Amino acid sequence: MAPVRSLTIIVSFVGFLSGLTATAQSQEAAKETTKSPAAQRPLGIGQTPTEELIKAWNIDIAPDGANLPDGSGSVAQGQKIFADTCAACHGEHGTEGPMDRLVGGKGTLETKKPIMTVGSYWPYATTLYDYIRRAMPLTNPQSLSADQVYAVTAYILNLNKIIPDDAVLDKHSLPAVEMPNRDGFEHITAPGGVTCMTNCEPLVGAPKAAAPQAEPQK
Amino acid sequence: MTKSRNGTAIDRHRRQFLKTAALGGVALGGAGFLTPEAPAAEGTEASPLIPPSMLVQGKPVASPPYGVPSEFEKHVVRLANDRTATPFSSWSFTPLQDLHGPITPNGLFYERNHNGVPTINPDRHRILIHGLVERPVIFSMDDLMRLPSISRIYFLECSGNSSSEFTKPATDIRWSHGLLSCAEWTGVPLAALLQEAGVRPEGKWILAEGADAAAMTRSIPIDKAMDDALIAFAQNGERLRPEQGYPVRLLLPGYEGNMSVKWLRRLKIGNEPFMTREETSKYTGLLPDGRASQFNFVMEAKSVITRPAAGGTINGGPGLIQITGFAWSGVGKVRQVDVTVDGGRSWQSADIDVPILPKALTRFRLPWRWDGSPAIIASRVTDETGYVQPTREALLAARGNEFHYHYNAVAPWKIDAGGKVTNAYGAGA
Repeated sequence: MAPVRSLTIIVSFVGFLSGLTATAQSQEAAKETTKSPAAQRPLGIGQTPTEELIKAWNIDIAPDGANLPDGSGSVAQGQKIFADTCAACHGEHGTEGPMDRLVGGKGTLETKKPIMTVGSYWPYATTLYDYIRRAMPLTNPQSLSADQVYAVTAYILNLNKIIPDDAVLDKHSLPAVEMPNRDGFEHITAPGGVTCMTNCEPLVGAPKAAAPQAEPQK
Repeated sequence: MTKSRNGTAIDRHRRQFLKTAALGGVALGGAGFLTPEAPAAEGTEASPLIPPSMLVQGKPVASPPYGVPSEFEKHVVRLANDRTATPFSSWSFTPLQDLHGPITPNGLFYERNHNGVPTINPDRHRILIHGLVERPVIFSMDDLMRLPSISRIYFLECSGNSSSEFTKPATDIRWSHGLLSCAEWTGVPLAALLQEAGVRPEGKWILAEGADAAAMTRSIPIDKAMDDALIAFAQNGERLRPEQGYPVRLLLPGYEGNMSVKWLRRLKIGNEPFMTREETSKYTGLLPDGRASQFNFVMEAKSVITRPAAGGTINGGPGLIQITGFAWSGVGKVRQVDVTVDGGRSWQSADIDVPILPKALTRFRLPWRWDGSPAIIASRVTDETGYVQPTREALLAARGNEFHYHYNAVAPWKIDAGGKVTNAYGAGA
């Protein structure tokens, strides 16, 4: 079945249905919606959120730094917060674990034992702010203030020698931080196999197959 | 057991299979009825003439009100991963070796949570759509129920399913393939919700956010959102289980499981990917040259034999068995499944259960007369685009050992003379 086509049918069907049920709904509800954008919604379902609600929910941070909050934090401030709230899981130096290693690994990605950390692998510093604010610490998420998140972000970047000891991060300086692996990502299509029914290479212990050409895909 | 005229060879054609199966049936029937070991009138302890279940009343109806499996099936449970640093960001495996059809029972559906399973009151749950839209809108669950919903069968596979096979091949099919399940999902097409908000022409990506303690976020391409994405609130006919996103989740057919964000709370339309932690530092594949492949959304065609499978045993010795398993493709339908019983030197096409549904688990089956000698068996799928499941050698040659995600290579199982089944690539995990 063609999904787009079937969807069109369904949406038009419900458009028809909603026309019928609208008469059964209270006249008051109709009055409330006539002044709001809801009246323009094709099916008239849902509410128009207030600006305050959208602002409170809208916590994601884009790579360009859009939506970063006011406030600031220094490496020194971050060191104390990290010791108190992060080191138990990530280690005193961000390398010991047991949870994700945050520090080091520079120059290891192309080796047999790559170490993938904020410093060696993450392409955007803004992602660090976004993730700490929404999900860290694991046992008490969304408990850090905007200033504290800036500070912890600064400390982790400093441990990775990406920003200096006296750095202070805010909504202007954070998106300007250049991550070492910024250009390390692209999309590679998956390799496929071949159909062979008789006299095929055995699966286990077979000579190594020639590497299929992986074509970058836009 | 009657010996097949075909010996140990796989029966190539369906007609031959039916003939062979019939012979097997006669042989089994003969053992059971024509030459009983004990006189029928006396019965045995294992098979009494009148079983106890016929001599006492059974349990009344609704015992219990929400039915549970037989007490003799208590071993059929999910396997929790006990090797992660915390059970709150961890996963549990579906027991594929004990499943008998393409639909995974809700209690056996694999889990991957990033900071625990939240408890969410549906009356207080909302979904916000904002960003590059004409009319920001917020939906309650009651609102969602007023919209048109459809039911579709789709698999879900964790992007990291089979990641063990890159480095340390697992000894058990649950560890190697158990982050795979399939269900009938009921929900509202995401396109219908987006139509209510009115996506602006420059809106190309959607950030989906969960209401869990990880506040999970992934960027979804607008084309996928408008194609077959569902806002799902039910699974196999009942409301979602808490660990599957209750009260509502995103469901992106054929895409890596992580993108089908559970406990969905917010959809923000933007013009670029949002570059969240889960699509930069995780769910990206590291290549041998140090570059990484990003946005590997589609789960490529893959198949695995679920019986007999690594970690199990062929009970009852040599004779007729049914090799069975699942095949699937994130781009569409399964076209063909080939099976080998000689380590990959020769392959024969298996029977495929119908209907063959796009982006759903498809069951295959091939009868085999195992002669009791060691063997290596495996399956290989071709999907409707002509894409063929690669060998492990081909996959590793292209992606190296550190890619971690999207492992979809052929999985050979080794059977020893005693019927014990192991991973042919050796035990590592």
